[in-house]
Amino acid sequence: MNWLDLGLVVVGLGLLLGALSAVVLSLVWLERKFLGRLQMRLGPMVVGPYGTLQSVADGVKLILKEDIRPDWADIRVFWVAPVLVFVPIFMVWLTIPFGPGLVVQSLDLGLFYVTAFLVTSIVGLVMAGWGSANKYAVLGGLRAAGQLISYEIPVIMVVAAVAMLAQSLNLEVIVAKQGALPYAILMPLGFFLFFVSGLAEVGRTPFDIYEADSEVVGGPFVEYSGPHWAVFFLAEYINTFAVSILTALLFLGGWNWSLTLRDLVGLDSLWAQAIALAEVLIKTYAIFLVIVWIRGTFPRIRIDQLMALGWKGLVPLSFLVVLLNGFYLFYRLPEWSLVAANLAVLGGLFAYLYRRAQTAPSAPTIQRFPARELRRVR
Amino acid sequence: MSLSLALFAVLAAVCLGGGLGVVTSSNVAYAALFLLVSLLAVAGVYVLLLAEFLALVQVLIYGGAVIIVLLFALMLTRIQEFDHVTDNPQKPLAVLAAATLLGVLAVALVRGGPRGNTLQNVDLERLGTALFSSWVIPFEIVGVLLLVVLLGVVIITQARGER
Repeated sequence: MNWLDLGLVVVGLGLLLGALSAVVLSLVWLERKFLGRLQMRLGPMVVGPYGTLQSVADGVKLILKEDIRPDWADIRVFWVAPVLVFVPIFMVWLTIPFGPGLVVQSLDLGLFYVTAFLVTSIVGLVMAGWGSANKYAVLGGLRAAGQLISYEIPVIMVVAAVAMLAQSLNLEVIVAKQGALPYAILMPLGFFLFFVSGLAEVGRTPFDIYEADSEVVGGPFVEYSGPHWAVFFLAEYINTFAVSILTALLFLGGWNWSLTLRDLVGLDSLWAQAIALAEVLIKTYAIFLVIVWIRGTFPRIRIDQLMALGWKGLVPLSFLVVLLNGFYLFYRLPEWSLVAANLAVLGGLFAYLYRRAQTAPSAPTIQRFPARELRRVR
Repeated sequence: MSLSLALFAVLAAVCLGGGLGVVTSSNVAYAALFLLVSLLAVAGVYVLLLAEFLALVQVLIYGGAVIIVLLFALMLTRIQEFDHVTDNPQKPLAVLAAATLLGVLAVALVRGGPRGNTLQNVDLERLGTALFSSWVIPFEIVGVLLLVVLLGVVIITQARGER
């Protein structure tokens, strides 16, 4: 590595920042429009044709807004926190490919790099909560730490299972290895677990308990306004997009399905690159729309349910995924057996959930303490 | 000056600065955050030594998990009691431990010295093969240790809850 390589990486990151900002504008517009559809209203319509410029207008508003800091907040921690949330989330994109060769820096440990840096942004959330010196912000920060640490484990285990099948941690190799049979078909259980815990990792709606408006009034972000709040907002959407594109690359075969089309125009031509990029983006936006759909459909789950789901449900199941893949690889079993095993577990899971949903809860699940009991120092 | 040397200088400065911040800041929360800076700089040094896997493990375990658990503990204790810890009775012990570590490292550096400049990147496959063949017993022992710790945590918290 020399100065020239470093310069190229820096230029690539700059381009990426611009592209991601544009993507976030489109995501916000798409989310508001789609949510509007789900709720039988139009969504933004005034600024630009079909409201397309609404998110631009919102961005300008946010930047021009007065940046307020509470008098009692811890200045240094308060200002550093948004940076600490944004930087790791942005660093992840260094190695995420948009097509064959369309990547800033292809790393052999790419997948591990992505999971390692996705986690680091928790520190920023906790710092934001603590630095605001607001009880709701502190509670939100604590919630974020607990939630993200818990759901990190299933993500890492499922990612390890994917790496086992692909025999590589390089994202481009993983896509190439999938061929015609994407891992969503080969290991549907892993796909399901990755998607659910990915949703929790980015704090999207059924799992947005650390910024829940009705409980902790915005969580770590309560005291932020203007540009600094915009940084958190940007980070959240970039993170959601990262989980969407990772799902597309790891489980839906990335740019594999358009191979015949790309062969027609010549595999190395610019058109082939454009087609691959288009395929990845279509899959990613489709997954993002599913995330919005879930947001428009499901109620937020309670914090004890969230923890129970993570530790009693997703963590053991993700270990099971690794185990199944181990058996499949070690004994060289046929592919259909892995699919069958995955589907059996998944079917059993849904049957159990359905039966549980049908029966009314027998006793309240929350343990109630009288306030005097809680105040006593243990 | 070559790029790697320049990067090393920056990383070493950040790492030492973070370490100094940990011991000099009077606020425990600041100390934890300085520790994060220091640990991430160590990850950068690992990258310079071509040990990329180790660097990522450092980011994942120390940058993510350890610092979070530390902050968690800080936030669950009463911050007024620990707000300004500038002096405590463990100081002589800390000096002794630091001096011992410094002595050991100095002796090792003088005896061993820098061994040439060739760095070799060990890829993940070789690392994994070594870990699961020649080092499998230590690996299993670490696994058992972690399991014991987990069980211990469960037992301790349950005993407290029942009281």
